[in-house]
Amino acid sequence: MSVPAELHYTPEHEWVSVEGTSASVGITDYAAQQLGDVVFVSLPTPGATVTAGEPCGEVESVKSVSDLYSPVDGEVIEVNTELEGDPSLVNAEPYTAGWMFRVRVAQDGNGDAALPTDLLSAAEYEELTKSAG
Amino acid sequence: MTSFAGWQMPLRYGSETAEHLAVRRAAGLFDLSHMGEIAVTGPDAGTALDYALTGQPSAVPPGRARYMMICAEDGGVLDDIVVYRQGEQEFLVIANASNTATVFSALTDRAAGHDAAVVDATQDYALIAVQGPAAAGILAPLVKLDPAGPENPKSPEFGELEAMKYYAGAFGTVAGREAWVARTGYTGEDGFELYCRPQDAEHVWTVLTGQGAGAGLVPAGLAARDTLRLEAGMPLYGNELGPDVTPFEAGLGRVVKFDKPGEFVGREALSARAAAGPSRHLAGLSIASRRIARHGYPVLADGRTCGTVTSGAPSPTLGAPIAMAYLDRPAAGLAGAVLTVGIRGEAVPAHLTDLPFYSRRR
Repeated sequence: MSVPAELHYTPEHEWVSVEGTSASVGITDYAAQQLGDVVFVSLPTPGATVTAGEPCGEVESVKSVSDLYSPVDGEVIEVNTELEGDPSLVNAEPYTAGWMFRVRVAQDGNGDAALPTDLLSAAEYEELTKSAG
Repeated sequence: MTSFAGWQMPLRYGSETAEHLAVRRAAGLFDLSHMGEIAVTGPDAGTALDYALTGQPSAVPPGRARYMMICAEDGGVLDDIVVYRQGEQEFLVIANASNTATVFSALTDRAAGHDAAVVDATQDYALIAVQGPAAAGILAPLVKLDPAGPENPKSPEFGELEAMKYYAGAFGTVAGREAWVARTGYTGEDGFELYCRPQDAEHVWTVLTGQGAGAGLVPAGLAARDTLRLEAGMPLYGNELGPDVTPFEAGLGRVVKFDKPGEFVGREALSARAAAGPSRHLAGLSIASRRIARHGYPVLADGRTCGTVTSGAPSPTLGAPIAMAYLDRPAAGLAGAVLTVGIRGEAVPAHLTDLPFYSRRR
């Protein structure tokens, strides 16, 4: 199971990759393995406002359907339209081609992306998945 | 892995979709050791089972299997089972893991007064299934069925594996280990179920994976098993079957043998239901969306609730989601109606489809 060190994570198994004030979001390798084959992903609409910790879409696999939570506050600027044709990208490449949506987040006083303070580091997330068994 | 009825079971080994397609195109290897095995033996074993079950095991020839049900006095289904007749006085009843204790207890009660012993032998068996069009070819060189002859009265159907009929079984060996080899399954494909000793299971599994890999055999989990049985229109206890339905609701009235001699548990309630007609109707649905109509979702006809989904999944073979549902009227009563499934607040169009969704070419 892969947990890239440079990403932020949530206890709901999303990852966040930040570049400037743009935050890309997807679900983790652990989540994808737990869900099994993803068959449908419902994503927020570009322009929509998302709130950290609130559901903004759904991930449907063969065996289950799960809410997709936004890990950050902001405006959706882009969604991964490739997933419409090939949702299995979420299983195959959860951190790259299987990304889900991008959000423009607010800046903090230093001009950096203002992220929720409760996001997890890779080490913290790995610990969480281990204790979940 | 997932926990189920006290067992740790493999939900998937890799991609359940790939495992499903491997079973349709080549073969899959399943660990089904959670299934319950209840041995019913003795001079009156057949008549005890005739009384206990909807079918007529006493009329099943040795070496053959039948699908049937065990019902409560009110006709409700306690479990759907496969009964193997392993000899004149030896029967093996295969129950769902979650129902093994119920079936064992009911069989014990119902066999009282008959000269028959009922033993829960679940811990004595591992069950490995090889399912798919390549199954017979993979197993044939590894299986030796007991030769015919009076020295072995327990094995009435013999010979080469490929000559074994569907729903037949015989004692023999698989990869050198003793097993009851049956041509049965729950996938809609040709295939075999190998009941071996638990201590031999790892050896059998390892030899099969090694020998079968070239023919496309892959280990397959319970997620694939569920989508395979759904495509094949086979009911799952807890979804399509339960104590609140009789076999008639599930469209399986044929498993109730009213013409067998003697009484059987549930006869009165089942005859009344057969005469009155089912209270609900099991139907197949194809879903015009990529979203899955799952267990418990409402089915609507022209916007009014007319039933409930019992099982739903993407169909890897058909490439679209399918579902089974109990509807409050037969399909003919829905002619012209606009059918939808309420999928988390969205009315998604659905179409009635004949069951099964998939039948293998024979």
